[in-house]
Amino acid sequence: MDTRTTSAPFEPVTPTNYRVNYLNARYGIASWLLTKDHKRIALLYLGSVTLFFLLGGIYAMAIRLELLTPQGDLVESNTYNKVFTQHGILMVFFFLIPAIPAVLGNFLVPIMIGAKDLAFPKINLLSWYVYVVGGIFTLWALVSGGVDTGWTFYAPYSTTYSNSYVTLAGLGVFINGFSSILTGLNFIVTIHTMRAPGMTWFRLPLFIWSHYATSLVMILGTPVIAITVLLLALERTARIGIFDPQLGGDPVLFQHMFWFYSHPAVYIMILPSMGVISELIANFSRKNIFGYSFVAFSSIAIAVFGFLVWGHHMFVSSQSLYAGMVFSFLSFAVAIPSAVKVFNWTATLYQSSISYDTPMLYALGFIGLFTIGGMTGLFLAAMGLDVHVHDTYFVVAHFHYVMVGGTLMGYLGGLHYWWPKISGRMYPEGWGRFAALVVFVGFNLTFFPQFLLGYMGMPRRYHMYAPEFQVLNVMSSAGASILGLGVLMPMIYLIWSMRYGRVAAANPWMLPGLEWRTASPPPTENFEVTPVVTWEAYEFAPPEELQVIGKFEPGDRPDYPPATV
Amino acid sequence: MQSWIPFPDSASTFSGQVDALYLFMVGVTTFFVLLISAVIIFFIIRYRRQLPFEIPRPIAGSLKLESLWTIIPFIISMGIFVWGASLVVTQYHVPKDALEVYVVGKQWMWKFQHLTGQREINELHVPVGRKVKLVMTTEDVIHSFYVPAFRTKSDVVPGRYTYIWFEATKPGRYHLFCAEYCGTNHSGMTGSVVVMEPSDYENWLSGNANQESPVAAGQRLFTETLGCASCHKEDGTGGRGPALTGLLGSTVLLDGGQSVTANEDYIRESILNPRAKLVRGFQPIMPTFQGQVSEEQLLQLISYIKSLSPGKTSGIETSAPARSNNPQTGPATSATPAAGPQQTNPSGATPPKPASSPGTTPATRTGGGRP
Repeated sequence: MDTRTTSAPFEPVTPTNYRVNYLNARYGIASWLLTKDHKRIALLYLGSVTLFFLLGGIYAMAIRLELLTPQGDLVESNTYNKVFTQHGILMVFFFLIPAIPAVLGNFLVPIMIGAKDLAFPKINLLSWYVYVVGGIFTLWALVSGGVDTGWTFYAPYSTTYSNSYVTLAGLGVFINGFSSILTGLNFIVTIHTMRAPGMTWFRLPLFIWSHYATSLVMILGTPVIAITVLLLALERTARIGIFDPQLGGDPVLFQHMFWFYSHPAVYIMILPSMGVISELIANFSRKNIFGYSFVAFSSIAIAVFGFLVWGHHMFVSSQSLYAGMVFSFLSFAVAIPSAVKVFNWTATLYQSSISYDTPMLYALGFIGLFTIGGMTGLFLAAMGLDVHVHDTYFVVAHFHYVMVGGTLMGYLGGLHYWWPKISGRMYPEGWGRFAALVVFVGFNLTFFPQFLLGYMGMPRRYHMYAPEFQVLNVMSSAGASILGLGVLMPMIYLIWSMRYGRVAAANPWMLPGLEWRTASPPPTENFEVTPVVTWEAYEFAPPEELQVIGKFEPGDRPDYPPATV
Repeated sequence: MQSWIPFPDSASTFSGQVDALYLFMVGVTTFFVLLISAVIIFFIIRYRRQLPFEIPRPIAGSLKLESLWTIIPFIISMGIFVWGASLVVTQYHVPKDALEVYVVGKQWMWKFQHLTGQREINELHVPVGRKVKLVMTTEDVIHSFYVPAFRTKSDVVPGRYTYIWFEATKPGRYHLFCAEYCGTNHSGMTGSVVVMEPSDYENWLSGNANQESPVAAGQRLFTETLGCASCHKEDGTGGRGPALTGLLGSTVLLDGGQSVTANEDYIRESILNPRAKLVRGFQPIMPTFQGQVSEEQLLQLISYIKSLSPGKTSGIETSAPARSNNPQTGPATSATPAAGPQQTNPSGATPPKPASSPGTTPATRTGGGRP
């Protein structure tokens, strides 16, 4: 029996271009730099995050170029060490951590819960300025001569031996942390207090649940990295003797403190992406998420357990073997909620209506890559195996599968999905699909060979390597150039589409979420009247039944489907 | 191994064990990745969108399925956890009868000293089929001693000793890498482990024999250079410092009521920071030797002090429980400190024969030697 219902097709209406929205409400530099509108702040973040991503990407290209040959023939060892350090610092602290929460989260958290803005709009703007100041300090360190400690800043190399600009870069990371804390605080208060009438906790889109979990980690974890970096700076300048054994300190204590934040930070990077993927999977298969509450609570479980597994970075660091076993056990436990999510996403597709639009391609790619990334995490959590692959390219491959295959895919997928809402224009679908494919292929070619390299024993952060590792390194470098092209394409066509793209309707995908029940782009106050939510999350309805909030211009009539169904 | 899939050499007793777990996990991962990919590909073809606004029948979820895919991954992951944990116990539980070699890392080289006196840089010669234990520390930053062909690795941490052991199974020359980033020339801090047939190894030892053994060098430091012996008398008389005979592995009662098991780290700390753990019944009169002894000299001193405790090759107990499959003792060992230094000792010192009868190390020591 066919249980699907359909509705009569709509007559496309020629859209008009003019409407007052958050983009054209005010003009001038000051209207952007002093804005309290969460949507404009999201765009400020989008610009700055993209800048740091490009810079980090250039460093990545330099690494891959150098590793084409076993000899160190492109740059000197010192330069190479700075290149991979700066790649790591920029990508982790200035792209991966803020990317989804600060850009997509900032834009969408208030709209998706039916609020006019975040709870503290001025603090939201402050968080962007803090981010920029942190970024300037880090860039200053880079321009002055760079940092060569690795993004992990391990003592006592960082405290005593490195002659590079560790304190300055550390200061940048320290300041940047406050931006995270402010954003997390803002999200938690907003989600608790500003949900529209009828928007109960279990009607929240899963994007909101995962941002809630992320915010918990941000405000509980980030202070610890701040303390750690502060102690590191004090150790370098005042020789206080907390990490350097020559002064009576303990270098392994640094690793405990560093990973106490930096492992949960991994979840700051991946949880928002999981939220995006839940949205994409549900909306592009027009089906409610299978096991909504399991997916929602698995985010919380990941956030909580994520705080208890930091020691799995330290199995070979002279940490007690028994402590290692506890960390190993908990690391296996934290894998379960991630597995639950993957199974639920897959089950959501059963008897659904799947479109092959660009965001969905990213979402499907995410599931595959994240599964590999997550499963190879189990290799590293298994202590006896970690002894061999720890600090090799296996680890590099694993966390790129999670960070790039997970976070970047989710970020790009989300950016495409909400692009009509953000910009009021459609991105070019053909280019979008092509770029998604190029990213997927390039990514796998870059990072899969690194698993093999790691098991063969090539240590990470090696400027020169043994000749038998060359073939796989060349494959990886070739993949990196494809991946680089793949991520450049969206940057170009998304900017192009802001001017030349097809004008987007309010609800181009015909979806029930609140963000699709306001204009594209939304007005400054998001909704002209406060929405009252009477529907469940992912409760799909025929287009004519989708209640529209606020006043719509004629051009906002749905003109779905696009030409490509 | 040359095959179409790149795979590292296997040259230690761990290699096969680690590879088995690795291949098992590759199998599990492949299974799940293929399963999920196949299901997704089937779904996206079978349930592709046919009409623009179709609304599929909602499915709320299924507690049965949720339990299933919570419990099955949990069971599998617990199995892997136990497997991995039991493997690491083997890897880090150092057998008592292992041949001991001292390792000092420094930016950017590996320095080795054998108990028989031979010193090496960036090259370590070991016999095949013998358990070898490395006692490692570093002069500067953290390094990591990594031999991929042996599937073993440990960080080398300043201010403390770390241990690693292996038993090579195949003669050959294998990569030694520094795996923990240590500065400019990190990728140049490499070397080789040369595994030799026992007879070749003996030849190699005798060809490099005219070097002072660490025990002898330690004794010279102890009695002459540093003058430790003026307070730490062999028979414990004098009362200024505790006797060190039979110290290793014993429990030392401390001022303040705590006790500590005397291992390499304890001896090291007591030399560099004597007041950190004061033995009960003694005055805090020992000066610090921080900055006066190098890491290598410290290892020599420890080696000498260990030689005063026959029957104990090491004070360390890894925190892992002893395993029942370890008791097969290896070939009679020339590694016991008393036997090692006989070959040469330019200073003319012979290793002291301990006063107390071997093997009857007192379980508890106090400052009982006071007059």
